[in-house]
Amino acid sequence: MIGLRLYLAQRISAMILAPLVLGHIATMIYAVQNGLSAAEILGRTQGSFWWGAFYGLFVAAVSVHAAIGLRAIAYETFGLPSRWLDVLTWVVGISLFLLGSRAVAAVVL
Amino acid sequence: MDQNVERLQVRVWRGNANGGGYRSYEVPAQQSQTVLDVVTWIQQNAEPTLTYRFACRVGMCGSCAMMVNGEPRWTCRTHVKKVLDGRQLEIAPLRNLPVIKDLATDMAAFFDKWTRAEGVFHPTATRADAIAPIVPDDPMRVLANEAIECINCAVCYAACDTVAANPEYLGPAALNRAWTLQNDERDSAYAGRLSAVSSGDGCFNCHSHQSCMTYCPNELNPTASIAGLKRLSAASFFKGGRGR
Repeated sequence: MIGLRLYLAQRISAMILAPLVLGHIATMIYAVQNGLSAAEILGRTQGSFWWGAFYGLFVAAVSVHAAIGLRAIAYETFGLPSRWLDVLTWVVGISLFLLGSRAVAAVVL
Repeated sequence: MDQNVERLQVRVWRGNANGGGYRSYEVPAQQSQTVLDVVTWIQQNAEPTLTYRFACRVGMCGSCAMMVNGEPRWTCRTHVKKVLDGRQLEIAPLRNLPVIKDLATDMAAFFDKWTRAEGVFHPTATRADAIAPIVPDDPMRVLANEAIECINCAVCYAACDTVAANPEYLGPAALNRAWTLQNDERDSAYAGRLSAVSSGDGCFNCHSHQSCMTYCPNELNPTASIAGLKRLSAASFFKGGRGR
């Protein structure tokens, strides 16, 4: 159900996510504490390569990590056969990546 | 029964693969009484058809494990006074294994998984060769020592929530055994065993809940053994590009 490649993909994506989550939380606290308006936030993110790279990598890592995690939960909760697990993993991963990329594009482009 | 003797209220699961339920018995309490003593008293004095399994009675053979008040225990070395809930004792067959009758479970799946995990020694020498000297403080031998005193009682297997949710998972006992063999320099099946334990039903399904470690009567830590197998598999992948 979880073999070596899926295990490594989930662990490596977790290693990428750990500092990004901390950076994201720090950014949220900074934005709220300083009372930044939506326009001020967009003023800083639009056209920024680094904010695009930060959240682009975040979205890619989340897509991999969450899809594999949900695969394990789906199997252990519902006992789905492996073909359906593969479908679920890809659908969740691609959906999260598309939705996340859209959100990143909305604040960066 | 002597009216002055304190009595335990014991509920024992009776039934077979088609189902069953608990029956209640009153058992005289005694000093230094084990859970296996209680089961034996019931069979000899109240319920001659009660089926259960035991052999050595000294914690070596691993035959007598049962669920006691909801937790897996080796019953021959479990004192009643340590697990008693008031005066209540509830005894059931091991979790995660099919019941044959009453307190005896079918261990076939448990031992089949040992074979699937390559928990079998593959010698590199014949009996005509000299005995391989293994230094006690050799780093691999030290790792093997920490995991080697398994008595195959299946307490860890019954405690494992991952086995409960994923019946194909090889489980802590088989993977712990595989880990000891990966650290046995006389063994010749390293690559094949690594492939077996990193299969889709293998070590990567472990969530590290550590129930196996919590309940192991010999205080082994199969979670650590499984973590070791994960490390070996990952290292092998990055060195050789192997994986599935």
